[in-house]
Amino acid sequence: MGMAEQGTFCVKAGLAEMQKGGVIMDVTTPEQAKIAEEAGAVAVMALERVPADIRAAGGVARMADPEIILKIMDVVTIPVMAKARIGHFVEAKILEALGVDYIDESEVLTPADDEFHINKRQFTVPFVCGARNLGEALRRIGEGASMLRTKGEPGTGNVVEAVRHMRMMMSEIRKLLNTPDEELMSFAKQAGAPYELVCQVKRLGRLPVVNFAAGGIATPADAALMMQLGCDGIFVGSGIFKAKEPRARAKAIVDATLHHDDPSLLAEISKGLGEAMPGLEISTIRREERMQERGW
Amino acid sequence: MKIGVLAIQGAVREHVTALQKCGEDVVCVKKAEQFAELDGLVIPGGESTTIGKLLVRFGLVEPILRLIAQGKAVYGTCAGLILLATRVEGSEQFLLGKMDIAVARNAFGRQRESFEQELPVPVLGKEPFPAVFIRAPLIKAYGSKVQVLARCNAEVVAARQDNLLVSAFHPELTDDVRMHSYFVGMAKGN
Repeated sequence: MGMAEQGTFCVKAGLAEMQKGGVIMDVTTPEQAKIAEEAGAVAVMALERVPADIRAAGGVARMADPEIILKIMDVVTIPVMAKARIGHFVEAKILEALGVDYIDESEVLTPADDEFHINKRQFTVPFVCGARNLGEALRRIGEGASMLRTKGEPGTGNVVEAVRHMRMMMSEIRKLLNTPDEELMSFAKQAGAPYELVCQVKRLGRLPVVNFAAGGIATPADAALMMQLGCDGIFVGSGIFKAKEPRARAKAIVDATLHHDDPSLLAEISKGLGEAMPGLEISTIRREERMQERGW
Repeated sequence: MKIGVLAIQGAVREHVTALQKCGEDVVCVKKAEQFAELDGLVIPGGESTTIGKLLVRFGLVEPILRLIAQGKAVYGTCAGLILLATRVEGSEQFLLGKMDIAVARNAFGRQRESFEQELPVPVLGKEPFPAVFIRAPLIKAYGSKVQVLARCNAEVVAARQDNLLVSAFHPELTDDVRMHSYFVGMAKGN
């Protein structure tokens, strides 16, 4: 029998592969975590506040209190994720010590470093990061991220930015697949992406890790739209517990993610869910207050 | 042979690729009417609670139980192993309950304890198999009809009972297709 190896790329990216086609839900209490699990979530993100409340509160948003995270880990059997600030490798080490299953180095929290992200290769626990385009995605993978998500614009209930980021990613990948090998170095330079990863994407015909949609998903139709645009699964932040009927909505978003290509089933799934979360028009948010601008 | 991969959630694409490498005709199935034409079915890794709930919600339990009753080969990896089991320690989640095994979920710990390791799997030949364990379950007890195929630190991690095959690890995440080709052999009546 060989030696057991932990924290390898295969093991880290593998957990994200197991989440494909599923919905990951933001939760702030053990009760919400149970509701998410019962609805069929594949994982929960343990937080002190959902993004809409972080946006409303202003000030500095930090890693959640470990007590909240541990209480949530106690009540569910599905994986538990938690957020660290961009560049805050000590928050990340604390989350790893707590035993969370995935760390989100997240622009939803206030960045702790305005130049550098966490060196995610130093960790046994895997990381997910946000990205708006291929260059950003490959920089994060280069730093050791083993899962990606669109940034969208968190806490808005407005899917337009997630759509923009997903379309951008898919369009850049299509362009890369049609780029001859001798042009790949310049492609990498222009994208601000590691050359070897650019070559790998061309070889595979897709990103080397899973890419979920996040940031503004509020309805089953939003989730199905993102799935049809080519993402591997769905993060819902404020969209569930800021809605009138979280239980019904959580279940409907899970069902819609599975049957994203069946309009008559989607019609059935979308019926009578009560009011969705209140939405925010992106142009009303000043550029410096947009969370998606965070990350380098 | 037409092999289906249950496409509710999880490592669907990887199983499709591995089965195609074995030269089989592969279809992703997620609607009840798609099961009848299958010669075999893979239930992939993912979250067993999620897959179980959606099987029930969308009426897929009967079609799968029918396949099993007809003697068609079914292979469950990780979450699929849990779903095929008759008992899971400390859980009341939905189970298909057709394989006489008792399973402990997340038996090695949380994600940071996930690992890969080469294991001997005698039915696959002399070369050890690259086994990837991700928040993996273990088979803690098994009935007399169950044949143990692999162990890790003395614990059972792969087994067969007639037309049912299970592994706690994920062959679909590696380039080694020997588990898949063993399963295809079962579907062909071996």
